[in-house]
Amino acid sequence: MIELISQNPILAALAALVGLAIVFGALLGFAAEKFKVEGDPIVEQIDELLPQTQCGQCGFPGCRPYAESIANGDEINKCPPGGQSTINAIASLLDVPAPELDAEHGEESDVKTVAYIREDECIGCTKCIQACPVDAIMGAAKFMHTVITDECTGCDLCVEPCPVDCIDMLPVVETIADWRWSIPPKPGLIATDKRGELANQPVEEDAA
Amino acid sequence: MQEFAVILVSSILINNYVLVQFLGLCPFMGVSNKLESAIGMAAATTFVLTLTAMASYVVNALVLEPLGLIYLRTIAFILVIAAVVQFTKMFIEKTSPLLYRVLGVFLPLITTNCAVLGVALQNTSKDLNFAQSSLYGFGAGAGFSLVLIFFSAMRERLAAADVPVSFRGAAIAMITAGLMSLAFMGFSGLV
Repeated sequence: MIELISQNPILAALAALVGLAIVFGALLGFAAEKFKVEGDPIVEQIDELLPQTQCGQCGFPGCRPYAESIANGDEINKCPPGGQSTINAIASLLDVPAPELDAEHGEESDVKTVAYIREDECIGCTKCIQACPVDAIMGAAKFMHTVITDECTGCDLCVEPCPVDCIDMLPVVETIADWRWSIPPKPGLIATDKRGELANQPVEEDAA
Repeated sequence: MQEFAVILVSSILINNYVLVQFLGLCPFMGVSNKLESAIGMAAATTFVLTLTAMASYVVNALVLEPLGLIYLRTIAFILVIAAVVQFTKMFIEKTSPLLYRVLGVFLPLITTNCAVLGVALQNTSKDLNFAQSSLYGFGAGAGFSLVLIFFSAMRERLAAADVPVSFRGAAIAMITAGLMSLAFMGFSGLV
């Protein structure tokens, strides 16, 4: 065999290249097994930044499907509950410029709200239960419904389907248990080496 | 020891692959828009260059020369490079998914970066031993990283500078690269 190869240059060339290819293929196969990536780690990271209200205002059935869509190149400004801070966080994660919130998907509200059902007006139609993305409404057909405030994400989706308009969005009242310091304002631009607009920008006093 | 220093200085500055030998210009222009992605690309390319220099030496010394197949160098080295780049791609995808995303298509394109094949072929034509050729590969990578990072830092500044309309974009980048190349020519005769 070796004699045959050494006497026949074409066979030798073929054997050498095929041998190399087999060796590298085996190494790569081993590496592929060793460096296997489960799922898409980017989707996990984006999903952690989203507010997890599962409200569907972005047009996707929940936060994770939207995270997957962002990882595939969708716009990052479709999340009203997260607001501008979420957009900025995703933009800095993906290293892209941060756009304004897309008004088509809703506006960012300043106060966190929670749904409240005026219980004596509720007719027990279960329409709000079907609309709730996080199962925060308890009740059954022809029985009074009520909202589990700890579960409610304030997404407004139950207000529209209610036939008797008995659902109010109430602002969450701060209690001693959940009061926190407000985040101190960041200092604005201190110095820049860039010419033009940026340099002439006034230092923002109240940037939150 | 001195010999190793000479190899490093020679491969990083005097025979810089990008600015003196004009090899590997595609990522030099393509990934230099942002400093962060340039640093990632520089690290990936250095990794590939060093690994390729080692692997191609082994292939050349243990397979090609004993069998008298020196004429197969180019195709055998391309095989080596493709395997090393594929390995690097898997490695980066596992360790840094963000860098993987930022580099995008330029990561598999390291395969066609002619600096990589250039290093492998020059190592064999210069008859370097294993340690020398790995050092030469690393030096080539370090030189590539140096100019890529410098160039992207300059381009980030140029983005904010007041460039005449007709020179904006690729034109001013080409001029900058040309001036950098002139400056690197000044290193010839250093050793």
